[in-house]
Amino acid sequence: MKGTASEQRELLDYLDLPIRSFRRLGRMILLACHDMGHALMMLGSSVLYIRTAWRPRARREISMQLYITGIKSLGVITVVAMFTGMILALQTGLELRRYGQEEFIGSAVAVSMIREMGPFMTGLIIAASVGSAIAAQLGTMKVSEEISALEVMSIDPNRFLVMPRLVALAVMMPILTVYTNLLGILGGGIVGSTQLGVAFQAYIDNATRFAENKDLYVGLFKAVVFGVIIATVACHEGLSTTEGAVGVGRATRSTVIVSFLLVLIIGYMITRLFYI
Amino acid sequence: MIKFEQVEKELGGKTVLNGVSFEVPKGETFVIVGLSGAGKSVTLKHMVQLLIPDRGSVYIGDDRISSASGKELERLRLRFGVLFQSAALLQWLTVFENVALPLREHTAMSEEDIEQTVLEKLSLLKMEDAVDKYPADLSGGMQKRVGLARAIVMDPEIILYDEPTSGLDPVTSRLIDGLIEDLRQELGITSVVVTHDLHSALAIGSRIMMIDNGKIVENAAPEEFIESENETVQRFLESQYITRRGEWEKGMKNHAG
Repeated sequence: MKGTASEQRELLDYLDLPIRSFRRLGRMILLACHDMGHALMMLGSSVLYIRTAWRPRARREISMQLYITGIKSLGVITVVAMFTGMILALQTGLELRRYGQEEFIGSAVAVSMIREMGPFMTGLIIAASVGSAIAAQLGTMKVSEEISALEVMSIDPNRFLVMPRLVALAVMMPILTVYTNLLGILGGGIVGSTQLGVAFQAYIDNATRFAENKDLYVGLFKAVVFGVIIATVACHEGLSTTEGAVGVGRATRSTVIVSFLLVLIIGYMITRLFYI
Repeated sequence: MIKFEQVEKELGGKTVLNGVSFEVPKGETFVIVGLSGAGKSVTLKHMVQLLIPDRGSVYIGDDRISSASGKELERLRLRFGVLFQSAALLQWLTVFENVALPLREHTAMSEEDIEQTVLEKLSLLKMEDAVDKYPADLSGGMQKRVGLARAIVMDPEIILYDEPTSGLDPVTSRLIDGLIEDLRQELGITSVVVTHDLHSALAIGSRIMMIDNGKIVENAAPEEFIESENETVQRFLESQYITRRGEWEKGMKNHAG
């Protein structure tokens, strides 16, 4: 390197910001890879523990998680599903009316709900309500040494805590998605018959004529995948918590953000895989 | 029973343990004292592989726990009972279920036998009336006693106590001290106690080790410990108004009384 010492220092100062940014980016990528690897190992270990799900203690824990995921989320899912169907019916109905095609509202709402909106909306609600609660609970257990206590008692947290939550979310997500689909279609039908002048029976006939079995299967497949994603992200964030109450808050926020992003991205990839 | 060989550990860029070597003989109550952040709890966590040393080894008998994994680690950890600083009870389980948990997970005992064993351990700690309560309904001292009942329910060979008397009233503290002593005398259990409370350490310890800045500055029997010429030990003794052996012995008589 030629030039005076002060010129060299100026050049280094000039390059300092991009170098630091590049270093920070590299560190973030490495950290993300490390977290992803850790989360996948936890998922793999928990999947292997599913063979112990029949044991009385595990059955009780799974039942409790099914109750928390399913029954306790029913209220918010009912409202969101109804309004999703109603908004879909109103928006597409108004557009179709311009062409005198409002009798097709049924198919538009049913196909949108079953293929995309049902699993997507259910995924978002479960990530925000159940996923965040799981992260907060496991995070609190981590910082109050309860996870360490399980480890020294030779009780694997992946079997005792993660597996029941994984099973409950993977089982409950498709059930809740079917419920969301039905209520969404019902909400669309109510809007169609009261606001757009489409008879309810005609709406239902149209909806059932155009919706295919494949739409249902792909939608349910998405729901199971979303359930696994939310459980994995929430448990991983919770079990990785450090730094007390601040860390618990951070884990909860990360769970919601990462789950939302993954539900969107993986949802798109599954749609592309099955429909193109 | 427990052996540390040149253990080094760095956490967050700071050296917490720096070439620590010591042995805990079988059937003794080994007390680790030191200032906050000196490396006491980190030492304790290495004994059950909650932390893995960067360099050096930790042995339990002839088994190297610092490199154990899978079933081997599970087997070694089952030789321990641990009382955590915060008691670490599972909040959604009752007192009974918390204490019964290790038995249900690791033994084929019938529910009747489990109930009998759990009640026996809880009554040792005078907690038999709280079986149906949840941890949130208990005071800090009561939670610690339940934590101790859970630690001893599997009749372990070694019990680790992380600050067993911190935040407790003097009466409960002495109850726990007495129980640690009873377990050693009656069952020959090896105990490792991490504490700030030198009065308690001198009363129950068969050996006292002081750690400062990740290094051992003293490792001696209580009567030698208070006579230590080491400046750090002297300062630590003075900070708790223990300056001369005569005064300590007088204090211990009152303590026992």
